[in-house]
Amino acid sequence: MTQDITRLSASDLASALRNKDVTSVEATQAHLDRIAAVDGDLHAFLHVSSEEALATAAEVDAQRAAGAELHLLAGVPIAVKDVVVTKGLPTTAGSKILEGWIPPYDATLVERIKAAGLPILGKTNMDEFAMGSSTEHSAYGNTKNPWDLDRIPGGSGGGSAAAVAGFEAPLAIGTDTGGSIRQPGAVTGTVGVKPTYGGVSRYGLIAMASSLDQAGPVTRSVLDAALLHELIGGHDPHDSTSIDEPVPGVVAAAQQGAQGDLKGVRVGVVKELSGEGYQAGVSARFDESLDQLRALGAEIVEVSCPSFGYALDAYYLIMPAEASSNLAKFDGMRFGLRVEPAEGPVTAERVMGATRGAGFGDEVKRRVILGTYALSAGYYDAYYGSAQKVRTLIQRDFAAAFEQADVLVSPTAPTTAFKFGEKLDDPLAMYLNDIATIPANLAGVPGMSLPNGLSDDGLPVGFQILAPAKADDRLYRVGAALEAALESRWGGPLLNQAPELKTTELAR
Amino acid sequence: MTAATTTGLVAYEDAVRRYDPVLGIEVHVELGTLTKMFCAAEVAYGGEPNTQVTPVSLGLPGALPVVNGKAVEYAIRIGLALNCSIAESCRFARKNYFYPDVPKNFQTSQYDEPIAFDGWIDIELDDGEVFRVEIERAHMEEDAGKNTHVGGATGRIQGAEYSLVDYNRAGIPLVEIVTRPIEGAGERAPEVARAYVQTLRDIFRTLDVSEAKMERGNVRADVNLSLRPTPESPLGTRTETKNVNSFRSIERAVRYEVSRQAGVLDAGLTVIQETRHFHEEDGTTSSGRVKSDAEDYRYFPEPDLVPVAPSREWVEEIRATLPEMPVARRRRLQTEWGYADAEMRDVVNAGAMDLIEATVAAGTSAAGARKWWMGELARRANQDEVALEALAVTPEQIAQLQGLVDSGRLNDKLARQVLDGVLAGEGDPEAVVAARGLEIVSDDGPLLAAIDEALAAQPDIVEKVRGGNQGPIGAIIGAVMKATKGQADAKRVRELVLDRIGS
Repeated sequence: MTQDITRLSASDLASALRNKDVTSVEATQAHLDRIAAVDGDLHAFLHVSSEEALATAAEVDAQRAAGAELHLLAGVPIAVKDVVVTKGLPTTAGSKILEGWIPPYDATLVERIKAAGLPILGKTNMDEFAMGSSTEHSAYGNTKNPWDLDRIPGGSGGGSAAAVAGFEAPLAIGTDTGGSIRQPGAVTGTVGVKPTYGGVSRYGLIAMASSLDQAGPVTRSVLDAALLHELIGGHDPHDSTSIDEPVPGVVAAAQQGAQGDLKGVRVGVVKELSGEGYQAGVSARFDESLDQLRALGAEIVEVSCPSFGYALDAYYLIMPAEASSNLAKFDGMRFGLRVEPAEGPVTAERVMGATRGAGFGDEVKRRVILGTYALSAGYYDAYYGSAQKVRTLIQRDFAAAFEQADVLVSPTAPTTAFKFGEKLDDPLAMYLNDIATIPANLAGVPGMSLPNGLSDDGLPVGFQILAPAKADDRLYRVGAALEAALESRWGGPLLNQAPELKTTELAR
Repeated sequence: MTAATTTGLVAYEDAVRRYDPVLGIEVHVELGTLTKMFCAAEVAYGGEPNTQVTPVSLGLPGALPVVNGKAVEYAIRIGLALNCSIAESCRFARKNYFYPDVPKNFQTSQYDEPIAFDGWIDIELDDGEVFRVEIERAHMEEDAGKNTHVGGATGRIQGAEYSLVDYNRAGIPLVEIVTRPIEGAGERAPEVARAYVQTLRDIFRTLDVSEAKMERGNVRADVNLSLRPTPESPLGTRTETKNVNSFRSIERAVRYEVSRQAGVLDAGLTVIQETRHFHEEDGTTSSGRVKSDAEDYRYFPEPDLVPVAPSREWVEEIRATLPEMPVARRRRLQTEWGYADAEMRDVVNAGAMDLIEATVAAGTSAAGARKWWMGELARRANQDEVALEALAVTPEQIAQLQGLVDSGRLNDKLARQVLDGVLAGEGDPEAVVAARGLEIVSDDGPLLAAIDEALAAQPDIVEKVRGGNQGPIGAIIGAVMKATKGQADAKRVRELVLDRIGS
């Protein structure tokens, strides 16, 4: 092939593999070469699994040569966020406390990826335990935004988003507890989907907040996201909260949407997720996208979700409460880092304290302390209990809004990518990045972010679509329609406008 | 140590004369499911350490629990047997605390939504008095792993060089049964406590939900006890004596705590709310953790699990298949068999109830079955220091043996010889009779020959009998029995002798 393999979308690469224009080994090697060339700057990967990826690729090539029936995405390489456990591959969740830990089992979604024959390129960087919106909280250094290396790639899944935006991988897995797939998608000009809670198995995701966490696709196109969504989604008996129903027809919906007809689709603009606090360029692109949707035949209605104003507050009680309990297991007793106290007796309690003190970063400690406090006797009702009530109100707001609209829309994030260090010392400012994405997690509904242009600063802006629980297909129909219209206006994907990354000579 | 722990003991009888003891008992039972509460790790006793584990029961990052449906069924069975209501929907909760034997550093348990609640159970005391214990709740949870402290003199954590943790037990399903305050037991509090746990143990076995072996820790009891001046007074401060793991220990621990707390109260001090440890060696308890500032477990609903909502149909299905409970069965059998209270109690204590039931089922009268199991067989079991059920004879064989006696083919003495043969593995009683030729001789021919011989040998006795003095006839009969090696029917021999002499 003359075209650069790494610039292909996953679906185009899959076609090329099927047509035997390219082998999986070639495709995998091309991405490994790209990683070697640009990841020194980007630092999207914490671990690159070249050997394993090439072995999978060779196996798929052999199977294809033998005429075996293969999965549509067989042979297409993928990157996996380091919060997902991978048998035999280091899994740190971006934390020192798991440095060197090699999981003895695969997450269910990894099993599905392996069964379908997608070579796993490696594990991507993230905020420690997925706590953050900039990937600056990784214990292993910052990931850079391919659009501007001085800026954050979003978080917590900055590694997955940067890897896809930087053409190091056509596909990646992210996880989204309060926006960790969608917000990095917005600031890197990529597509990210948080499926309905329970749509993708959480078995093997290192939990932050069990009732909010959800894994999903990180890609460069809506169709690619749908293909990956169908692969990893569906019921898993190992996850009690997994939905025991078939995955909604997201690929068909994406294909339908790409036809560009949204007649009869009611699009609800959430009044509370716009206006003050949103960067002018972000608001401008959002309004243009609404016009675009209208032009495609959609009916635009305004809806009000008054409880969304409390979402951030509720989230910052529920999430740390669950996290404080989920992270209790990291104690140096069974796996990962173990630190003995510098002086005094070496008791289990003191080893646990020393290990957690040395192994956790500040943001993790902040949330563990917050959550521990919120769950304490005497405070439970006031904090955790009240937050759960707000959660119910937010679910009701969604239910009412979805009476009036088939999908809801908003800007994904209030601003474009900010500079490193800009918000690091101001946790509240950092938390505000997720103001538009958090309500979906609290209600368990699916959400998508897709690029809808560049802001005045030349950086990408994200457009968020939300749908009712188990109606993930609506995201794809509307998303694909908007994407097609925007790309025809731009003359190609937004990422074509991203600056070329400096490549270093292959020195492996 | 506070002054309270150093006050003297009050003699038990004196203590219960002046104070009213109130009990509260928490019993944990390990369910006999094939797999653990939340994962597919095998449940088995005595495996190599850390071999019966999965990522879930090791609490590895990313692992998620899934509720074991069989454990839920067993919990419902227990709840129903304890006359509890079964929740239409209930959730698990996390009980957060750091300890190395708890792999996730929280125990998945139930908190404010137990699967079973508001029940009661009647227990029978030694003298047959029935005492009702009210059940507050029965909830599901998972067991912790097991710590072994190596080095140091005591095997306890203090002074140990290092500790090992075995997670084979971590995640084994438990049901915890909590009583309401047990009032009105008075001086019989120790016996009530013991009988309650014993009754539960029997129920677990009857329900077939656990092997319920105390010595393996399948059943563990925590005994709460408080004293108050009179039954009308408000409840006193309680202590919780942990893991009292034999019936005898339960009685001893309660007795000791009554005496100890009475000593504290007599000294004008207050009982400290605390956990106490029981010591088998001397029957005392010692102070453990102080619980007064109620440990904060930061309970919250387990977000990794969906609520358990047993359908009413399922609950009724389970109720319909519940076996008869031990106390009810005992009462029914006693009525059917017509045993006196004392007789029945002896039968139960000897572990002979099932054996007698089977023997009766095989056709023996209740009295006949009791005669064997509580007489000859009890004697032999005692002699060999084995349990009755361990004897090499089945209830069916005993029924056959008694049948041979009833039909006159064996007398008691011969029957015991046949039993010897059965116990020696020579087969069923019929087979032993045939092989050893032990049957009563009922053919008159050989008897008459032996009688004539005996009469000829003792003419003086013949004379006396003919003279109307039947007293000495025993000597003739004895000689005949001896000649026939005991196989003659003594009654028939007597008839024939009188007939012979009279002719």
